[in-house]
Amino acid sequence: MDFAFSEEQEMLRRSTRDFLAKECGSKVVRKLMEQPDAYDPALWKKMAGLGWTSLGIPEQYGGAGTFLDLIVVLEECGRALLPGPFFATMGLAVPALIEAGTEAQKKEALGAIAEGKARATLAFTEPSGRWDASGVTLTAKPAAGGWRLDGVKQFVPDAEGADYMVVAARTRGEGEEGISLFLVKGRPKGMSVTQLQTLDMTRRWSEVRFDGVQVEGDALMGAADKGWAPLKRALEWGTASLCAEMVGGTQKVLEDSTEYAKTRQQFGKPIGIYQAVSHKLADMLVLSESGRSATYYAAWAVEADAPDRSLASSMAKAYVSDAYRKVAGDGIQVHGGIGFTWEHDMHLYFKRAKASEVTLGDATYHRELVAQSLDL
Amino acid sequence: MDFDLGEAEKTFRDEVRAWLKANAPKSDAAESDQVKLISNRRAWQKKLYEAGYVGITWPKEYGGRGGDFMDQLIFNDEMIVAQAPDPINVIGLGMGGPVVITHGTEEQKKRYLPPLLSAEEIWCQGFSEPNAGSDLSGLQTRAEDKGDHYLVNGQKVWTTLAHIAKWCMLLTRERTEANPRHGLTYLLVDMESPGVEVRPLVQITGDAEFNEIFFKDVKVPKSQVLGEPGEGWAVAMTTLLHERGTLGMALATRAQITAAELAEHTRKLGRGSDPLVRQKVAQYTIEARALQLNGYRALTAMKRNGIPGPEGSILKLMWSELNQRMAETAVDVAGAAGQVGETSGWKYQFLRSRANTIEAGTSEVLRNILAERVLGLPRSR
Repeated sequence: MDFAFSEEQEMLRRSTRDFLAKECGSKVVRKLMEQPDAYDPALWKKMAGLGWTSLGIPEQYGGAGTFLDLIVVLEECGRALLPGPFFATMGLAVPALIEAGTEAQKKEALGAIAEGKARATLAFTEPSGRWDASGVTLTAKPAAGGWRLDGVKQFVPDAEGADYMVVAARTRGEGEEGISLFLVKGRPKGMSVTQLQTLDMTRRWSEVRFDGVQVEGDALMGAADKGWAPLKRALEWGTASLCAEMVGGTQKVLEDSTEYAKTRQQFGKPIGIYQAVSHKLADMLVLSESGRSATYYAAWAVEADAPDRSLASSMAKAYVSDAYRKVAGDGIQVHGGIGFTWEHDMHLYFKRAKASEVTLGDATYHRELVAQSLDL
Repeated sequence: MDFDLGEAEKTFRDEVRAWLKANAPKSDAAESDQVKLISNRRAWQKKLYEAGYVGITWPKEYGGRGGDFMDQLIFNDEMIVAQAPDPINVIGLGMGGPVVITHGTEEQKKRYLPPLLSAEEIWCQGFSEPNAGSDLSGLQTRAEDKGDHYLVNGQKVWTTLAHIAKWCMLLTRERTEANPRHGLTYLLVDMESPGVEVRPLVQITGDAEFNEIFFKDVKVPKSQVLGEPGEGWAVAMTTLLHERGTLGMALATRAQITAAELAEHTRKLGRGSDPLVRQKVAQYTIEARALQLNGYRALTAMKRNGIPGPEGSILKLMWSELNQRMAETAVDVAGAAGQVGETSGWKYQFLRSRANTIEAGTSEVLRNILAERVLGLPRSR
């Protein structure tokens, strides 16, 4: 057993951090978040050039690098608050394609993503905001040799510019039975995307309406009605990925707050000398480190396909959801008034923490899954 | 990163699992008779020792198994699976042994380690005094150099297991210097020596698990100095690092067991249908697991450096606060019945756990350590 990243992965971390410091500093983040889709094609091209968009994708579809390599990069992306569809593409759409895609779909979509030529996302949640199978009510019915999609997907991350969208639809029954996945390309007739006014401006959510959208038969991913099992596995990949981003953000807030407490003087002393401040930072450290441990384990469990991959990802998301929100809030408190200003970056982390908290299920949802695993 | 076990590790795990299944006594969480508890755990440690499962990372020549940290980890994990009780000599195994291995002479290692492992000789730790708690360097117990021996006078307090201990890790002041951390001498004191008096301190549980120890003209041969005379602070710091690190790993194991016992307790009472209870028990289970995984990561650091780092303080801090919440919930889910009767170990745990955030470094001291030594914040004193 070995609970550390390899030397190569640590090198990847350093080079990723250097790249993001140079290419995606606070100024860039703020510029991007003001733009309609928080996306910069030039930056995406550079990221693809570094191989980030091929991480975790099997070699036969143009991929290179492991899921754990992707985790390293995602952690750094979360630290830098990288805006845009990198998480939606690599954390949500890619695993859905790997788990459920047909050979042709994988070749085309995974190939295009790996090359940096396509962005993608997953349309799962609906206005109910639920992350379990029963939340899927958008219908897909056989029509004209293909399928007709009707319904509304809500809170879909980075849908605006997505070239591919994996859509979870109900083809029959209820609950985990009768869910089918479809790969929708571009913007077919009847599909409309409306951006929502989100708390976190660095990650856009949209409402995606399907009004009698006709797709071909080959849009179906895998077997009809059998979409939940692969989707669940894809969500586990996504959950570990999101947790990695969150851990990166948590660590950055901790570091910035610690630095501030060392330099900011009040009553003639750095505020970090006062235990009301230093003990808060110690608690932030405990949350940050524990979230990191839970996340790295979940990531390994997903990569190794360990029997507890589902439980491990739920444990990580439950812990990290609370931890990031708490640390980001305390980070504002440690900074005092300056931490509450628009000019300071603390609010960007606070908002990302809150948005990430509900994405892929909040702590309460995942704790319930853990409770079920305990036969409570 | 790889959590899978290698072939040799799997063999060891299977061997431990089979052995524990055949030999481990039932959980003694519900045992409220302290005398019985102690004798049971003494016998249990002896049995573990004879099977080669105590001092797993300690050198073979002193009675250890000569294994690595991974073996220790596998063993700890199997203790969770078996929900087995702790061995009796927790202070000796967590601190006494490691500090003798680090600072002891060859003769000392040979003398002290084997009976510590077999539970023939129990160890206790004489650090805290009535006027030296968190500020340990304020201690006043004197050790006077009498040529071939030291003459010890003073008082220690909150000493777990002192009433059954053979050896005490005693931190004493030999000289008064400007820096209170200088001039301390670390002695291993035979608790059977004339002049040693142990008085039980009845604690809020009604039991006397802690003690006061009085030393009146106690002769301690110089062969029982650990490390250099006057340099006791360094030896004490090694002890505390192990207290929070090595012991921290054992606590991480303990937290997993307690969480599993709490889940079982909740199921038995049929309280699992209450969504608030479900959330709490799940949260503790998650925190216990995070604590264990933190321990795994700390172990990676220990593998590199040989001794636990200050991050070990995270383990003890997390465990103590988690353990209090678990014990409280366990009492709560039983309603009024949780507070009556002698059969409920949880009632005892609920009270006993209040000490967890005080003993072995208060939560306040541990937060100072994390703030100052891990985060590098300015020292508060």
